[in-house]
Amino acid sequence: MKLDPKVPGGPLVGKWDRHRFELKLVNPANKRKFEIIVVGTGLAGASASATLAELGYNVKTFCIQDSPRRAHSIAAQGGINAAKNYPGDGDSIWRLFYDTVKGGDFRAREANVYRLAQISNQIIDLCVAQGVPFAREYGGLLANRSFGGAQVSRTFYARGQTGQQLLVGAYHAMMRQVHAGKVKMFPRREMVDLVVVNDQARGIIVRNLITGQMESHAAHAVVLATGGYGNVYFLSTNGMSGNVSAIWRAHKKGALFANPCFTQIHPTCIPVHGTYQSKLTLMSESLRNDGRVWVPAQPGDKRNPNDIAEPERDYFLERKYPSFGNLVPRDVASRNAKEMCDEGKGVGPTGYAVYLDFKEAIQRDGAEVIKKKYGNLFQMYERITGENPYEAPMMIYPAIHYTMGGLWVDYNLMSTIPGLFVLGEANFSDHGSNRLGASALMQGLADGYFVIPYTIGGYLAGTRFPEVNESHSAFQESARGATEAAAGLLAVKGKRTVADFHRELGRIMWENCGMARDETGLLKAKESIPALRQEFRQNVNVPGSAADLNQSLERANRVADYLEFAELMIEDALARKESCGCHFNVAYQTEDHEAKRNDETSCYVAAWEFNGVGKPPTLHKEPLVFENVALAQRSYK
Amino acid sequence: MSKTIQLTLKVWRQRGGGQKGFFETYQAKDISTDMSFLEMLDVVNETLVHQGKDPIAFDHDCREGICGACGSVVNGIPHGPEKATTLCQLHMRHFQDGQTLVIEPFRARAFKVIKDLVVDRSAFDQIVQAGGYVSVNSSQAPEANSTPVPADMAELAMDAAACIGCGACVAACPNASAMLFTGAKISHLVLLPQGKPEAAKRAMAMIQKMDELGFGNCSNHKECEAVCPKEISISNIARFNREFLKASFVSPEKIGEETKKSEGE
Repeated sequence: MKLDPKVPGGPLVGKWDRHRFELKLVNPANKRKFEIIVVGTGLAGASASATLAELGYNVKTFCIQDSPRRAHSIAAQGGINAAKNYPGDGDSIWRLFYDTVKGGDFRAREANVYRLAQISNQIIDLCVAQGVPFAREYGGLLANRSFGGAQVSRTFYARGQTGQQLLVGAYHAMMRQVHAGKVKMFPRREMVDLVVVNDQARGIIVRNLITGQMESHAAHAVVLATGGYGNVYFLSTNGMSGNVSAIWRAHKKGALFANPCFTQIHPTCIPVHGTYQSKLTLMSESLRNDGRVWVPAQPGDKRNPNDIAEPERDYFLERKYPSFGNLVPRDVASRNAKEMCDEGKGVGPTGYAVYLDFKEAIQRDGAEVIKKKYGNLFQMYERITGENPYEAPMMIYPAIHYTMGGLWVDYNLMSTIPGLFVLGEANFSDHGSNRLGASALMQGLADGYFVIPYTIGGYLAGTRFPEVNESHSAFQESARGATEAAAGLLAVKGKRTVADFHRELGRIMWENCGMARDETGLLKAKESIPALRQEFRQNVNVPGSAADLNQSLERANRVADYLEFAELMIEDALARKESCGCHFNVAYQTEDHEAKRNDETSCYVAAWEFNGVGKPPTLHKEPLVFENVALAQRSYK
Repeated sequence: MSKTIQLTLKVWRQRGGGQKGFFETYQAKDISTDMSFLEMLDVVNETLVHQGKDPIAFDHDCREGICGACGSVVNGIPHGPEKATTLCQLHMRHFQDGQTLVIEPFRARAFKVIKDLVVDRSAFDQIVQAGGYVSVNSSQAPEANSTPVPADMAELAMDAAACIGCGACVAACPNASAMLFTGAKISHLVLLPQGKPEAAKRAMAMIQKMDELGFGNCSNHKECEAVCPKEISISNIARFNREFLKASFVSPEKIGEETKKSEGE
């Protein structure tokens, strides 16, 4: 298989313009003859549904939740980047492009990232027109802030609820099209299979989560916007229903999966407090601007933090990185916290936490100033932990937050299956091996509002479609397969619950394919995952029936997929003989413990082909060519 | 500090819509006070599965208080006793050892029970579909800074837009009114210049849909505001009423029908 990224020729700056000109157009009167399926209603899915419907296509949109407005984009706090350069501090489309490529440690496709930076400004225009209540200056113009260590202020925000407000904007636009009859909305449906006929994606099978019915839906093209797979780790900042199932099942039907081991870990989350814990909550990393990170110098020191004197404390980030101190990047901060805990210096009931101390800042600036800056975060911390961070240091620990990997797509956001498009976090496209803060919202909306409406037209106008509807045998086979799979899970009637398996898989992945990886651990995981999968098949206990609302069965389906997918992550991590961005293999590091890339051998996108469960997948490489930026080593000295 | 407590739960069980429901009693043993309410239900469910029983169905997703999926009535209060807190952010340290908790679904004519604590809130989506948006296509937007918005208006709009659509306001209201939800939606848009052109049409369409779906009217009990996890103010209902009145002046064709309705109530 030859991977063709279909990047248009010519200078970088004009590629997208030129491509839009070269794409075939669908006659306005013909648009209503095309059916498009969109799965997922986060920023990418909702914006795509609305825009495709506005153009005149007939759209069917599916989501797991009871309402499309609940997709997990809603939880994004910080903001959305754009190259508006309103503050006049030197930003430009080129700088946003460069920062994103560099932040991704040079493992993203130049042309895609440049297009993203170009589109960023249109997104802000549209969101304002929809009524997104962005923060404003007293003169009534839009406010910006600097975010995630960026040297320019290019982030637009709506309090700490930017994701929610952008999603509500996209949801409103989509509801308008439901009212117009152009979007048909199917909530509480979970995609269980992709239907491919004559090598074209022609529909999906969904499970109606209330009745348990397998429903068939045919279309001319399928758009997956089903988010990331962080929940493979069991604990993450993702919503509970987040899953890999939709893209994994498309992968099993032939779509290549790119860079699955690229997962981002966020350093400032509220630590795990017990085995019953179901998810982790993120707190803004702005806290590290004033908080000092430390652990007791002696392993196993369980004293109250306020009783531990200064000389008995190890401010490990300040010690190891004297110039950046507590402000080192996310991956460095995370890895060091883990190292301390592995040495037994971790604090809190589980020993998996480090202190984030505001005592000095409060003494220096006064409690009022600190309250003004971080009051809402302190409040959130107290609500969850019951502890007052003005009196005792906070405890934090890193958590899985975002997955840069996803289905491989070309410049048109089309996967290796013709007619299957993949948007947002579900694709691998724009963030390389590390995503910058406030860039996920930008990418989701760019894909949905401003890329797919053009590229899908090019596909539809240039493709012949044999007549295919829901009575085609391919739909019946897929529906039967999904029904049997559900029945199979219910029939096991073993001793361990689904959550129990999920928790164990999460532990394997976190320990061996988390913040720092090494070959021994990865090989160990490669052995234990198939064994766990085997046990799941023989010993899982899924109660209830397939014919009604059964949340245990829903989860069992997702965990079954994670148990297959996890092995691919391990394969990918083993195959990449370098460290880059969030993929940190301890065998490849600089003297300063930074990720050491190998641009000679590893400057490629790893795209994996499925060969059957438990069979080694085939690696295809898309070489990454950098014509416009020079590859450089990240440094925090 | 963390400790464990023992609780008695009386949980509403209902196999499906239209079926008869009943309360079932469970013991929640050794519940860590650091757990969230939903984690406590997870633990109870794990025990039920081990006993070969059907676990309790409840809606949830983000578990950080923003998606609006969760929500049950705990001891008579939607989202439970803590102010400005969704059920997923309610922690067990707020309960006493030995306490009995009665857990029920949100109840309203417009929210049908699907199973156990899971209810159908799609009526909210229908209210939004009726007109809760600005009619702008993705390709039509003017430059973002071409229309300044006074910062205080943007803040007020944001206060209203903070609504997470959980439905607690409806569950708390003796009339099962959706006025707080709809008022917040209307306020969010009408406070911004972008939402002004369609203000009258929007108010009319949304109020009509609300009535049609079987939500009651507001009679100033203020229960909605008291339980709202995002502290949406009932001043949004006042604004909604003003918008409706204004709309009645500019939409002569609607005035007869709409005034008749509001006089009747």
